[in-house]
Parts: sequence; C-alpha cells; structure tokens
Amino acid sequence: MAGAVFHVQSVTKTYTTGAVEVLALRGIDLELYEGELVVFLGASGSGKSTLLNILGALDRPSSGHVLFRGTDLTGLSEAALTAFRRDHVGFVFQFYNLVPSLTARENVALVTEIARAPMRPEEALDRVGLANRIDHFPAELSGGEQQRVAIARAIAKRPDVLLCDEPTGALDSKTGVTVLEALYDVNRDLGTVTALITHNAAIRQMANRVIRMGDGRIVGVEDNAAPQPPTGIEW
Amino acid sequence: MRALDRKLLRDLRRLWAQALAIALVLGCGVMVLVLATGTERSLRMTRASYYDRSHFAEVFAQATRAPKGLVTDIARIPGVAQVEARVAMTVLLDLPGMLRPAQARVLSLPATGAPVLNRPTLRLGRLPDPGQTDEVALSENFAEASNLRPGMSFAAILNGQRRDLRVTGLVLSPEFIYLIGPGALLPDDRHFGVIWMNEDPAAAAAGLTGAFNDVSLRLVRGAVEPAVIAALDRLLAPYGGAGAYGRDRQISDVFLSSELDQLHAMAVILPPIFLIVAAFLVNMVLGRLILLERPIIGLLKASGFTGREIAVHYLKLSIGIAVLGVLLGWGVGWWLGQQMTGLYAQFYRFPYLIYAPGSASFALSGVMGIGAVVLGALRAVRASARLAPATAMLPPAPPFYRRSLIDRLAEGLRLRQTTMMILRSITRWPGRAAVTVLGVAAAISVLVACFFTFDSIDAVIDEAFTLTNRQHVTLQLTRNAPASVAEDAAHLPGVMRVEGAFGLPVRLTHGWHSALTSVEAQGQGTILTRVLGEGGQPLVVPPEGLVLPETLARKLDLRAGDRVTMALLAPPRDTLSLPVARIMRQSLGETVQIASPALFRLMREAPQVNRLNLLVDPRQLPAFYAAVKAAPAVDGILLWTEVRKQFDETINENILRSVIVYAILGILITVGVIYNAARIQLSERAYELASLRVLGFTRAEVGYVLVGELMLLTVLAIPLGFLGGYGFSALISAGFSSEVVRIPLVITRRTYAIAGLIAFVSALAATLLVRRRLDRVTLATALKQRE
Repeated sequence: MAGAVFHVQSVTKTYTTGAVEVLALRGIDLELYEGELVVFLGASGSGKSTLLNILGALDRPSSGHVLFRGTDLTGLSEAALTAFRRDHVGFVFQFYNLVPSLTARENVALVTEIARAPMRPEEALDRVGLANRIDHFPAELSGGEQQRVAIARAIAKRPDVLLCDEPTGALDSKTGVTVLEALYDVNRDLGTVTALITHNAAIRQMANRVIRMGDGRIVGVEDNAAPQPPTGIEW
Repeated sequence: MRALDRKLLRDLRRLWAQALAIALVLGCGVMVLVLATGTERSLRMTRASYYDRSHFAEVFAQATRAPKGLVTDIARIPGVAQVEARVAMTVLLDLPGMLRPAQARVLSLPATGAPVLNRPTLRLGRLPDPGQTDEVALSENFAEASNLRPGMSFAAILNGQRRDLRVTGLVLSPEFIYLIGPGALLPDDRHFGVIWMNEDPAAAAAGLTGAFNDVSLRLVRGAVEPAVIAALDRLLAPYGGAGAYGRDRQISDVFLSSELDQLHAMAVILPPIFLIVAAFLVNMVLGRLILLERPIIGLLKASGFTGREIAVHYLKLSIGIAVLGVLLGWGVGWWLGQQMTGLYAQFYRFPYLIYAPGSASFALSGVMGIGAVVLGALRAVRASARLAPATAMLPPAPPFYRRSLIDRLAEGLRLRQTTMMILRSITRWPGRAAVTVLGVAAAISVLVACFFTFDSIDAVIDEAFTLTNRQHVTLQLTRNAPASVAEDAAHLPGVMRVEGAFGLPVRLTHGWHSALTSVEAQGQGTILTRVLGEGGQPLVVPPEGLVLPETLARKLDLRAGDRVTMALLAPPRDTLSLPVARIMRQSLGETVQIASPALFRLMREAPQVNRLNLLVDPRQLPAFYAAVKAAPAVDGILLWTEVRKQFDETINENILRSVIVYAILGILITVGVIYNAARIQLSERAYELASLRVLGFTRAEVGYVLVGELMLLTVLAIPLGFLGGYGFSALISAGFSSEVVRIPLVITRRTYAIAGLIAFVSALAATLLVRRRLDRVTLATALKQRE
C-alpha cells in the first residue's frame, strides 16, 4: 500500500461541559494511506465523530499529534487550519449541510470559487449523476439527491481526503446505496483518501479497511482484500 | 411563581441585549413625548400663571403723542377692563467700562406707584420712589450682565442730555420674558435692557408731559379683541396711533408661543416614528422566538395549556420589554425635561418656573409605548396560539427558494455565491428586509430632519447678514430727518459709507385679510441693503408698487399684479391703493419694500430718513461709538457684525449639544433595528454559516454573508431615509415658520452625508457586534445541531 497521508499519534480529547468532563478519545494511534477507503464503525458515543472532526481540523486534540503529509496540524493557527480545510479536505455530513438559498450548481460553485484547482461544478455534479438537476434548490431535491450534491461539493475541489460523517444516516437503504456508489466511484476514479463514519455494519463491505471504535479507543482493525461495490449492499 | 412565568423571566434575561435594543428605541419615543409635552406644559403653566399674576395686558398700542384725557375714552371702549397709559422710548446708555453704547427701552411708572397692568416683579431692592427723578428700576438680566446693583449709578442719554440714573431695584416683567432689542434676533443682555422710571422725568425727557405714547389694555371676559383693537385704532388715529395689536404680535409672547408650538410639533412628529419602529422590532424578534420555541409550544399544548395561555405568555414577554422601555423613557424624559426647562430659563425670563410635566404625558406615553409593542407582538402571538401541538413539535419546513428575476440579473454579473446567498435571503424574506430598510430609513429621516434646522438657520443668517443687510451699523434716529442728515453722518469717525433709510408702520388689507407691518423705502443706488427675489437673486425694486415678502403675500392671499390697500399709520395717515409689483424672499420679519421716490410721492413729502445704514472702519469703532453716544439725534444702534457674532456663538454653543442628542436618537434606532435583524439572521443561519467555515471559508468570508446583507439593506435605506428626511423637513419648515421667522427648506449635502454616515457606522458597529458571536460557534457542535 502507498505512503501514509495521516499519522495520528496518541490523540486524546476531553470535553468539559459545565462540571462534567467527558473523555471522548482515550489515546488513538492511526495511519490513513493514499487512495484507501476506510470505514469507521462504532456505536454512538464511541468517539468516531470526534476523531473525524480532529482529522478534518474542525477540532483540536487535547493531547497527541495529527500529522498530515508530515505537517503537524496540532500546532497550526486557526487561520492555517481554515486554509488546510479549504485546500485539502472535503466533508460530507449526515444532514448534507447544503445552503438552502443556493441551487445545486451554486452549492458546488461555493467551494470551487475558493479552491485552487477545482473541477467545474457541472463536472462534479455529473460525477454523482445529477447533471440534470443542477438548477434545483435543495428544497426541490430528494434526500439522496441532496447528499449527492454534498458529495459533488466535497469532491469538486479535488481534495486529498474526503471525510464522511454518517452520509447515509438520514437516508433509506435504496437511496443510501446511490450515495455510497458516488463515494465509491470518487475514491476509485480520483484516488481520494476516504474516511467514512457509520454505525451501519453493512457498509464495511465496500472498505479497504474497517476500524472499529468503542469508548474512545480503537478496538479492532480489519483489512478487506476485496472491497465490494455498494450495489449489493442492503440494510 | 408559576413555572411559565419563571421561563418568561429567564427568556427576558437570555434575550437581554435584543430586549434592551428594542426598549431603547421605544424609550426614545416615550422620552421625547414626556420631554416635549412635559416642557411644553410646564412652560405654558408658568406663562399662564405669570401673565395672570402680573396682569399682563391683552391689547397693546403705540402712538406719537396722545393726551392723557384720552385714557377715559379708551376705558369706555366696550370690552375694556383696565387701561395703562405710559411713556415709552428707546435711549442710548453709556455704561462704565463699555465702549459700545448699550440701549434701553424706557417705560414710565405711574405717579401712583406700581402700574396696574404689566406689573413688574421685584427681584431685588425697590421700585423708584414717586417724586424721585433720577431713580430707576432695571430689568434683572440686563442689570446682572452689566453688573449693576441697587445703589449704583449709570449714565443715559435722555433727549440729547447725559443724565446719571441711580438703580433702586431689579425687576422682571411679563412683557419682556424674551427680551430682544429692536432688530436683534437673540437676547443680548449686555447691550439691551429695560428701564422703569417715574412718569414725570420720563415724560419730560420724551417731551410728552401731560401725554402718553404707549397704552396697554386688559379686556373683560368675552370681549371681542378685534373690535377693541379697531376702536382703539380709531381713538388713537389722530395722535399718531401705529396700529393696535393683541398678544399674538407682542414680540416676547410671539417668540415664546413659537417655541411652545415647536415643542408641540416635536411631541406630535417624533414619538410615533420611534413607537412604530419598536412595534416592528417586537414583531420581528417575537416572531423568531416563537419559531425557535415551536417544540416548547408543542409540548405545552400537548400537556394541556390552552392557546390563550400560551398567547398571554408571549404577550407578557413583549409587555416586559415595553415596560422596560417606558420606564427608561419616563426616567430620562423627566430628567431631561427639567434640564430643558432650566435651559429655557436662560432665554425666557420668568420670576419662577413651574416644572409640572403632568401625569397625563406619562400616562399617555406609557399607554402608547405598551400599546405599540402589544400591537407589534399581536401577529406573532396569534400564530403561537394557533399552532397545532403535533405540527409545533416538528421542525419548521425548510425555507423554499425560487429562482427569480434577481437570479438572471446576478448570473449576468457573475456574482460570488456568498453574494448570491445575500441576495436570495433578501428576496426570500422581503417583508423582513423591508422592516430593516424602513427602520434604518426612519433613523436617517430623523437625523436629516434634526440637522436640517441648522442648515435652515444658516440660510436665514446668510440671507439676513450677507445677502440683504451688508451694513456694519444701523443708527435709529429719534425722529424723521431730511435726507441730508446722511451727509452729516458721513463725518462721524471711521464712517466709510452712509445710506439713509426710511420706514413707517402700515396696515395692509386685501379682502378679508389684514396685516400690521411696516413699509420701507428702498433708495436708488442703495448697495448696503438689498432685496432678494423669490429665487434668492438680488432684485431691483420696481419704480411703482409694493414688493411683498412671500409669507405676507400668502397670508394676504396676494399675487404679483393684485392691488392691495395700504393704510399709513404715521402722518400723512393716508389710505392708498397700490399694485403688488413683485414677491420677494425674506426669512426674518415681514417688511414691505417700495421704491423711495414712489413712497414720498404718495406721502406728498420731501424725501426723509429715520435710519442710517453705515459701513464703519473697524479700527475706528471706539471713536465712532463715543461720537454716537454724544449724538442727540440717535436713540438706537444696531451693530450687525455683533449680532452675527453673537448669533453664531449661541448657535455653536447649542449645536454640539443638539447634534449629540439627535445623533444618539438616530444611533439608537439604527442599532435597535440592525442589532435585532443581525441576531435573527444569526440564529437562523448559524448552522449554514458554520457549514461555510467547515468548507474552508475564513471568518471574514463567512462574516461577509451576515454583515454584507445588513449593510446592503442599510445602503438601500440611505436614499429612502434622505427622501423621508426631506419630507419631515418640509413638514417642519411649513409647521414651524412664524411671523418672526420663516424656516426655509434648505438641506445641505453635509446634512445628508452626516445623517447617512451616522446610520452606516452605527449599523456596521451593530452587525460587527453580532458577527463576533459567530466566532464563538464551535464548528463541530454547530454541525450536530439540526433545527
């Protein structure tokens, strides 16, 4: 397998809300490699979203280091983290996070306008099979379509890494598969490192690696020598 | 306390910044209402009480010389209760240590002691003893400004003779609550005062022994004033009567009344603007709150609360805000009212001030304040009552956008997507955008209308001092003199140019309309005094006919070409019919102009002068003043440069104070509107804006979406505010113009610029204040929340 894109070293994360301290991550060591599709599996509260937020520079670890291609993200300023997200990371969320006042094309253009070497919004939407819905507003699209717009928006900047937090969580099985297909194709065609969080074990079939999390720790790692396209996945 | 009421208090505490912003706007309206009506009421009560206690006359008249026996005839006029005849004259004073001659109005005191009408109120010392010829009482403000106290002496030039007069007491008089010298615009306590003197020496000095030249009347209840005036005019006509008039033309009362009218207008025009804006703000904020609290409303309803109870809950919340605003307004209004009444005491001299804002103004402003807020809340509250519990617990439907004309326009411009978000948000909620725009426009209108008054004063000053009266000094002559007097005056020290002038009182009549004014002869080759056309350009007075000021022409319903009847109220006392040749612009006073040859031809007399306009070398003023003090023919002096200087000083002193007060009002409206709009935006879009941060947008780029929309609306509001401001100014110009002064509708670019800038900067500050909250939203948590 190719070189590591992310090095995660002894990362912990503690949240303090009022008088309560919550240990969300209790020492994570992990590497993510060029071109791989990793699925993080775990129950809610297992720390997978926290880890993903730290990888995506949305949050800082309480201790430990996160290196992206040799650069330690933990030492970077707020502005540098913003630049990191802008240049390298694509996000896909459970609730799509589309801007309701912008059409599909405009939601993608939102990102391509600030990216370094983006693809055209139309091309990105074409990749997720929405070439014919580009002028629709989010409210005029189904959930699956909205999520595919979100994926198009995430990939349009040609990110180094695609981070997906429960991308099918709000979708039914059939629609979810179309979304997973889009992610699978992007990973395969563009070679983007893709990390996907889910509590849906069925999805592990499409991954190169499956990392199981529980109680803020990595509790198991499985390599999948022959990942399956999502077409056959059902839940 | 019920749990729901506890929630109410906590909601208020949580929303404190927004609640305070609304309360401040509302408070401004309440404050202005309490302040203006309170001050107006206090001054009216003080005036009424003072007029009553001092037996202030109701009809006044001057004549040249009327025999004392006429008083009995005057007293027999039906409707007359009391008559006070006296000797009045203007004299020059020579005060120790004062280069410039001061002048005074001398009034005689009856031989019996205190007058029955227009009784002076003693403030210090006593009135002159009957029989004492050199004792005088002085108007208090003049004595104070000149450091004269009872027991001290000063010199006056009486009938050409220098006489030493001893001060026995200081007094205030209902006739001189606002005391200004002839031709002056503002009180000048150092150079103009009133002297009360025993009748014998006064009459002797005026050459009026056994006669009088000034009469005041008090009327019985139900008397018909115009009838009394007409009868008095008939009686005085043979003795040089210059036209009787009521309190409505008594100069001190005219100024005081016009001030009271302005306060009244302020109370009528300003508060509704603030109350309406506050109502809209409550509507906006409560609407949003209820939307956010849908699940809670659903829960409450599911638990058995009625729609009515929930409506009352939110109504109470808005009333809480209103009560805060009303209390703030009351407090500040009461305090400012006292300050303002005190400020009036500087210009208007009452022996006492009754500060009685009256519970009515508090009650009215309280009811209006709470009423406005309740009205504003009604729509949102009704919506809360109508929510079905099942729907209430579901999140509201996502906003639905449609492509519109704006999109086609924007695509052509290739705008950035963040800009598109701004435009779409405005077109999606046009009502809310309109409230924001109108709110800011209201603030700008208030600012323009407030600052306009300064432009207007500037224009009046410019017209009075630069365009029409270009002389340095005007000398008032004791009596009419041949035109050759001008040549004598040219020999006074430092005099560079002399122009004679002549004026006499007249009554103009056209149909039912009639006005008491004076006519002035405009000599050929006159360059010091000029007449301005309606457009402001210098006008040559036509050889025949009258030139009327616009205001007077309107009052008499006259247009150029019409004929008007002019009764001369001085010899030869003819009644003439004359054409109106032109209409002119004149902001101060209502003097009619006529070509000098035409007037003297009509009067069948040789050209005369009773005033001299001079240009004087400023370096030789001391010598000039000394010569004037010794000149027997001069009884009045008007120093135009001094008047201007004094006017500028007073205006500058007040301008800063006013600008600060008005700016605060404008800032409070703008901040109230923009802050609330920004908070609502933020609460609606926090999720969307956090998403942008996640996508790699910088804080500045995300802030642009929030700040950009509100600043765009502010910019849109500016021209609208200018338009509104022009409208308000026009209302003020029309409403506040009086016989004393016409308020021209002049608004400078500076006024527009300052008003726009104040609104823009305060809007920006308010949005930036809210934008800072955006930084506090942690990205990870923002993504977890889903409305």
